[in-house]
Amino acid sequence: MTSEDNYSDNNVVSKQVHKHDHTPPADQGPVTQVQAIQIAMQELLIEKGLVCAEEIRETVELIDSITPSRGAEVVARAWLDPEFKSRLLHNGTAACLEMGIDLRPTPLVVVENTSLIHNIVVCTLCSCYPRMLLGLPPDWYKSTAYRSRIIIEPRVVLLEFGTNLNPELSIRVHDSTADMRYLVLPQRPNNTENFSVNQLTELVTRDCMIGVTLPKNSVTS
Amino acid sequence: MSAKRIGPHDVAGSVVDPVDTTAHELAGWEKRIDALYKLLADEKRCLFVVDEFRLAIESLGPDVYNTHSYYERWVLAIRDILIKKQIITSDELSQRVVDVLDREV
Amino acid sequence: MTAQRFTNGDRVKVAEITGRRHVRTPGYIQGRHGVIERFCGYFPNPEERSIGLTGLPKIALYRVRFSGADLFKELSSAVADSIDVEVFEHWLREVEDDI
Repeated sequence: MTSEDNYSDNNVVSKQVHKHDHTPPADQGPVTQVQAIQIAMQELLIEKGLVCAEEIRETVELIDSITPSRGAEVVARAWLDPEFKSRLLHNGTAACLEMGIDLRPTPLVVVENTSLIHNIVVCTLCSCYPRMLLGLPPDWYKSTAYRSRIIIEPRVVLLEFGTNLNPELSIRVHDSTADMRYLVLPQRPNNTENFSVNQLTELVTRDCMIGVTLPKNSVTS
Repeated sequence: MSAKRIGPHDVAGSVVDPVDTTAHELAGWEKRIDALYKLLADEKRCLFVVDEFRLAIESLGPDVYNTHSYYERWVLAIRDILIKKQIITSDELSQRVVDVLDREV
Repeated sequence: MTAQRFTNGDRVKVAEITGRRHVRTPGYIQGRHGVIERFCGYFPNPEERSIGLTGLPKIALYRVRFSGADLFKELSSAVADSIDVEVFEHWLREVEDDI
């Protein structure tokens, strides 16, 4: 869900949080009624000692520090290391832990795109998303349009992302309704045999790990 | 198609709008409500759990759900939980909202 | 926590349950048939946790695979070929093989 969904809490990533002076983007324009409620709640919670301003600032920094490059590193390693890939597909949570990425307590299921099957992730009920690997979900992932349509007309939706899938591929959609989180392991593009791990990582976009696009350099037939 | 729905959030198959694939940069208040959720529900405070939060969003009702943005729904859901659990009162929140809006003018 | 009732490949039917406030079983799979893809483990019951209870004992969670053409017959040319959804065990009913 929403994630509303669990970051696997504080035991995580703290070592990877880079500390720096960070100013969140300014809120544009006049404060709306709902924004005023956010500010008022935050002030009251601080006054009551339930949270402190520093914790909020640090948590925003933590949120900002997690980007899809984490997921991309996992994918690139799986492309290069067949044994790692096998472990990743068998137990995504444990394999990520090998790389220092602690996803607990939310288990990760990694689904592999093949020459027969293309996988796509959605949360039709809210916005469950592998936040510890990819950061916050993009607007479209949370949108009613995506959540409504990806199951009933995935090829049409993918075209809206500029992705023209091979019509021979079978499409499998994963609806994250409960406690699992999903990551798509895309197919490694052809003609990348000599690529370094960094070059491979560069090919792996956030959207291809959700399944709405293919990695850079991919050729659709 | 599937006529049966479990709530306003159960949207599979319900709309035909194209997907807007562009993304806006999150505003400060959006990140702060995300952070507040995470803190209030963490192991230290545990003022509520994710399932209570989801129920609060679903309980906003279809009109509110469909006319508010993603993080606006978060703000309203957390407000409802905090008032229900008597962590803040409705009166003090209303007064503070007035103060916040006055300050902005 | 009770022993899991289903194993991979079992055919199941999703129950249709109304009157509960918070559930994680979307309407489009209720009353529909699918196949157990995998057992995911045991997790607290979100329906109980949503109203302030512990959700314990934990209950079995499965990924159930549905055919898009079965779920959305009138749209079968465009739908996903298969849809995997996580479903808690108390929503699943056994289906006799009808061969």
